[in-house]
Amino acid sequence: MKVISGKPESLTDKKYHYCPGCMHGVIHRLVAEVIDELGLREETVGVASVGCSVLSHNYFNLDMQEAAHGRAPAVATGIKRVLPDRTVFTYQGDGDLASIGSAEILHAAARGENITVIFVNNSCYGMTGGQMAPTTLPGQLTSTTPLGRDVKKEGYPLRMSEVLATMDATAYIARTSTHNAKHVMKTKKAILNAFKAQQQGQGFSMVEVLSTCPTNWKMKPVEALQWVENNMMKYFPLQEFKKVSGGDQ
Amino acid sequence: MSKVVVSFRKENCKGCGLCINACPKGLLDFSESTNNAGYPTVYLKEEESCTGCALCAVMCPDVAITVEKEVSA
Ligand SMILES: Cc1ncc(C[n+]2csc(CCOP(=O)(O)OP(=O)(O)O)c2C)c(N)n1
Ligand code: SF4
Repeated sequence: MKVISGKPESLTDKKYHYCPGCMHGVIHRLVAEVIDELGLREETVGVASVGCSVLSHNYFNLDMQEAAHGRAPAVATGIKRVLPDRTVFTYQGDGDLASIGSAEILHAAARGENITVIFVNNSCYGMTGGQMAPTTLPGQLTSTTPLGRDVKKEGYPLRMSEVLATMDATAYIARTSTHNAKHVMKTKKAILNAFKAQQQGQGFSMVEVLSTCPTNWKMKPVEALQWVENNMMKYFPLQEFKKVSGGDQ
Repeated sequence: MSKVVVSFRKENCKGCGLCINACPKGLLDFSESTNNAGYPTVYLKEEESCTGCALCAVMCPDVAITVEKEVSA
């Protein structure tokens, strides 16, 4: 019998603590599958961030390091510079990456650090109770915007992929989604491209993955996926924004 | 059609239903039983009709589904 889909070696046997239907679990699996397929399990170091994925070090069967809130790209910079033969990635939420960690991500990208960033955009701070994030859509209800995000007061969402794609030293920047199986598979391809860019020493790579937070969005898991497709994707278009040629990508 | 085996890590399932939603043939459903955490678990209604496309496993956030297919010699 051939396994078509199952638990990759780069994931541990631990049961996820994530809420039912939260796509963090799918994105973990995709990262682990890509690392397995590239044969990089023994030489990869992951950097966990703060947010619901703070415990991701329990789930990745890899060398893992925890970073302070938002600082994962700085920690990954240090690891990669000291151990340049390792594959180094961060796994960060949108509160972590686009809010408290905006300085670290911008400068790691501007310096062209040869690391891979997995950026999970679920349009809110999941762990702390669904507060507004820099990625919250105009009009979106959150626990801190109970009447909807008012762009006059709270400004507009940050499109991080578009921002980083303008930087000279970034090598691979893509935004993908997890709202159905076809897009989950496209997300895996983008993650593969990002890790390959790092393998080839091309510089900074990031995949922004549109994800869900059914608990704080107060939706059933299937409704949350539909909300990604009908609302998030309008504001955050899916695209490969930047791809440096030179590899067999 | 080649033989397909779909197995569930029942204790990892949180009853989110994304696999039921993903199956293009509508072959999955909640079973009568719950797991130790109290979540309803999922079962394959008609094993013979499963093509082994694994879309259920692709969408499972808890890596609770394994799909295996017999490879013809
Ligand atoms: C220095 C610091 N400030 C604030 C917090 C509180 N805090 C914990 S997680 C979080 C936001 C996480 O949101 P996100 O990165 O979007 O991840 P998610 O939980 O949605 O996956 C905040 C503000 C903290 N832990 N440390
Ligand atoms: S709070 Fe939201 S992001 Fe966090 S585990 Fe639950 S569904 Fe996922």
